[in-house]
Amino acid sequence: MSNVLNAWFSNVDWLDIWLATVDTLLMMGGSLTLVLLLGLPLGVLLFLTSPKQLRASHKTYTAVSFLVNILRSLPFVILLIAMIPVTVFLTGTSLGVMGSIPALVVAGVPFFGRLVESALREVDRGIIEASLAMGANTRQIVLGALLHEALPGILAAATVTAIALVSYTALAGVVGGGGLGDLAIRYGYQRFQLDVMFITIIFLLLLVQILQSLGTRLVQHFTR
Amino acid sequence: MIELQAIHKSYQVKGVAITALTDVNLHIASGEIFGIIGHSGAGKSTLIRMINFLERPTQGKVVVEGVDLDSLDDEGLRQFRQGVGMIFQHFNLLGSKTVAANVAFPLEIAGKSDKQSIDKRVDELLDLVGLKRHKHKYPRQLSGGEKQRVGIARALANHPKVLLCDEATSALDPQTTRSILQLLREINERLGLTIVLITHEMDVIRTVCDRVAVIDSSKIVESGPVSQVFLHPQHETTKRFVQEAEHFPVEEVGLNIGDTTQKTIRRLTFMEDTVHQPVLSRTAREFGIDFSILGGRIEQIKSMTCGQLTIALEGDNTRVHQALAHLAAQGVTVEEVAL
Repeated sequence: MSNVLNAWFSNVDWLDIWLATVDTLLMMGGSLTLVLLLGLPLGVLLFLTSPKQLRASHKTYTAVSFLVNILRSLPFVILLIAMIPVTVFLTGTSLGVMGSIPALVVAGVPFFGRLVESALREVDRGIIEASLAMGANTRQIVLGALLHEALPGILAAATVTAIALVSYTALAGVVGGGGLGDLAIRYGYQRFQLDVMFITIIFLLLLVQILQSLGTRLVQHFTR
Repeated sequence: MIELQAIHKSYQVKGVAITALTDVNLHIASGEIFGIIGHSGAGKSTLIRMINFLERPTQGKVVVEGVDLDSLDDEGLRQFRQGVGMIFQHFNLLGSKTVAANVAFPLEIAGKSDKQSIDKRVDELLDLVGLKRHKHKYPRQLSGGEKQRVGIARALANHPKVLLCDEATSALDPQTTRSILQLLREINERLGLTIVLITHEMDVIRTVCDRVAVIDSSKIVESGPVSQVFLHPQHETTKRFVQEAEHFPVEEVGLNIGDTTQKTIRRLTFMEDTVHQPVLSRTAREFGIDFSILGGRIEQIKSMTCGQLTIALEGDNTRVHQALAHLAAQGVTVEEVAL
């Protein structure tokens, strides 16, 4: 078996593949954690300040929305390169796992924030009205009702975000970010080793599949 | 108890003012069940939301238990709302929480954090609405009537003095509607709660309300005790609502009874004592006149039975009028009917 593998994938260094996979998981996991922590409040802010909502504020909503749109309209590669000075300032390096996390977070937060906003918008307005009638304040409505009701939607949004981050990590290879994408570019593209390319594709595919089914299961668990 | 004074409400929609309510004056007494009936778009949803300030009047005053709601700050208003329960047409339950957690929500909002006392109150409330066995279910697993019972339990959690019902039975079938209305009556009697409800069904008004206001195109066009409004509707809209509640047309077999000049046509309304006595046949015998029945109905208004008959009297004119006077003296309401 291993002979066959070695014959077909003569260029593949399995240790490299393993290390790259770990790097991808670290980049994805690290950035996802920060994206969820920062994107959730952003989504709530977008929702609450949008027209006709509890804290409707044209100014705040327009300003935040504008910022979110700018960040979302930048192609990730451009963002990655443009952010290098900031990244170096924050992490001391623009390479490897640490070097790619700031750009991943900056790309992921607005992405997830928008998805959270629309998940909150899906909650029946009657729920907000009933909470107001009970004398709830905004904090109680958000924490006690809205986030609870929108949880399946938010988990689905987190899944989509995690998968987007995986594809962003692959791009991080362009600036030496490490991970499976880096491997694919250095070996698969620059050295034309198709077997390495093939293996990285399989691994990325598996990762996405696992994330999606995990996410789907979580969504199902919390859907009442 | 609840006082709406010269309420006016208008919305700005794309720069155009749309009037939702105009010149509304209402006084709702403590402990009564007050109904507001109107077609959709008449302004009744806006009106009921004035009472807990979910909608603020453009002009006019809302005073509940002596408190002018406009004088309250945000915190004061939240405190006030914790003492006013509200139930909704579409229940507005939290689908992601169990029945128990839904009922506990207003308690948490009111700042109660002791798990045991919350749980005890939840049990009491579920007992009151007859849902104890569904405590750990999710709303999705309940029928419409059960969902509304959860809504009622939730609305009563903080011992409110007022319960607002926003089309609470409009999404329910007739049988479930009856059981929910029965529950509202029980609550009203047992807890002495003031209930304000809006509906577009006269049947709902007739079954539970003490007094009613009829709202039509942003105005209150008629109001009074239900028996009064129901049996002697004045305004066109009210008449239509009463007719809708009938299973046959109110306005009699009517128009082609032949030569009406020989007959005296009257509508008689029997209430309370007169319902159970043979007032009509005795009078006819005594005064030697005849009558034929052109139309009639027997109604249950809350716990009171009422009868209304339209009759054509025949016989000597003087005797007929003496008979009618006699009937009136017995407590029967006699009205002329325009044919």
